[in-house]
Amino acid sequence: MEQLTRALYQNLIEKDRYMYIVRGLGVTMEITLMAIAIGVVIGFIVAIVRSTHDKTGNMKVLNAVCQLYLTVIRGTPVMVQLLIMYYIVLTSVRSKIVVAGLAFGINSGAYVAEIVRGGIQSIDNGQFEAGRSLGFNYIQTMWYIILPQVFKSVLPALANEAIALLKETSICGYIALQDLTKGGDIIRSQTYNAYIPLLSVAAVYLIIVMLFSYLVKLLERRLRNSEQR
Amino acid sequence: MSKDKPLIRVQNLSKSFGELGVLQEISTDIYPGEVVFIVGPSGSGKSTFLRCLNRLEEPTGGHILFDDADICDKKTDINKHRQKMGMVFQHFNLFPHLTIKENITIAPVKLKLMSQEEADKKAMELLERVGLPDKADAYPGMLSGGQKQRIAIARSLAMNPEVMLFDEPTSALDPEMVGEVLEIMGELAHQGMTMVVVTHEMGFSKEVASRVLFMADGQILEENPPEEFFGNPQNPRLRDFLSKVL
Repeated sequence: MEQLTRALYQNLIEKDRYMYIVRGLGVTMEITLMAIAIGVVIGFIVAIVRSTHDKTGNMKVLNAVCQLYLTVIRGTPVMVQLLIMYYIVLTSVRSKIVVAGLAFGINSGAYVAEIVRGGIQSIDNGQFEAGRSLGFNYIQTMWYIILPQVFKSVLPALANEAIALLKETSICGYIALQDLTKGGDIIRSQTYNAYIPLLSVAAVYLIIVMLFSYLVKLLERRLRNSEQR
Repeated sequence: MSKDKPLIRVQNLSKSFGELGVLQEISTDIYPGEVVFIVGPSGSGKSTFLRCLNRLEEPTGGHILFDDADICDKKTDINKHRQKMGMVFQHFNLFPHLTIKENITIAPVKLKLMSQEEADKKAMELLERVGLPDKADAYPGMLSGGQKQRIAIARSLAMNPEVMLFDEPTSALDPEMVGEVLEIMGELAHQGMTMVVVTHEMGFSKEVASRVLFMADGQILEENPPEEFFGNPQNPRLRDFLSKVL
């Protein structure tokens, strides 16, 4: 018992080592939030282009670009993409957080796109026709009629993607970013104790994910209540 | 029949899906205030014809003149014209994520034809008219089929259309709900709304129609006022059809 207390003290309190975890968590959250925002924007745009092409045959070039993007991003490991981003594409960008946020956002966008495309396809074509028959153009119909319904139906899948993303960011130590995982690892390298720092890091991830899941469940319930049948 | 200019002038309208010709050079004029019913066996192209009128279905040939513009012309801003052509669908197609009132107001407000206040006021008037003022804040999922269709009619009317297109508006309804929808359509007809109705409700078309078209194989085989149409049918296909459905 005394040993555990001493280990806890040594790993977390002494020399303010817990700050590695706190600051690391900050970095992880920054990257994740940035990546989610970028991913959702890219994902919705790509999904709209792809389903517009499927429905009308328009936007051939854009659709081809989107196809290429999806193939490349989903066909290569996210870590390789991160390294390419850091060492090849964005060498002039100073902030590693921005580099990581972009890399993970672009990666996540591909998965979000497929989720959203499935969501758009699941909406009855009658909804499109009703929107168009009232005089909305294609974009307005998408925006006012289709996407609000899509958002509701894909929310659980999007939440899943966000959770996966949060955990994926743990590899950004590879571009020497001190995120949550790296923070724990630094403590381990200083104290030669693996248990406390790594288990602490795992616990922090777990708590964040559980908290996030809970918030999504609340949001889902609120959205569902609004069309109780 | 009025001698006014036709509201919709259909000239040699054709539609084919690949090899399959669904509409063959259809021509007819629809005058303001007319209530035109289209009947015929399934697969005759009557729904396709109706859906060509607001270009939900892209015609492959011919012209549709509406408000001095050719709707079939790609350069025509079809969205502007659709605002003046209300459409009611077999499956209602209400927007499930919006309340009844929002269903009615979203188009006029977002298309900047009315302010939110004006649209709300109009929505309440229309809900009175279709007998559902207490449903303003309900969601479509809470309504019966008949109620949904009445709301769908109100939603179209909110745009102050010049013509209303009905695509089998009662076919998806339980029998006991058909009456309430037909009643509202009857009122609309009496108030002088120009209507084009694809339906299987023969009795109703006898009462309300100013003209009935019989379509088969993508052609109009006969068109007459209902007394003539049902009382003295000429075309053998029509006689055969009427003997089966009446």
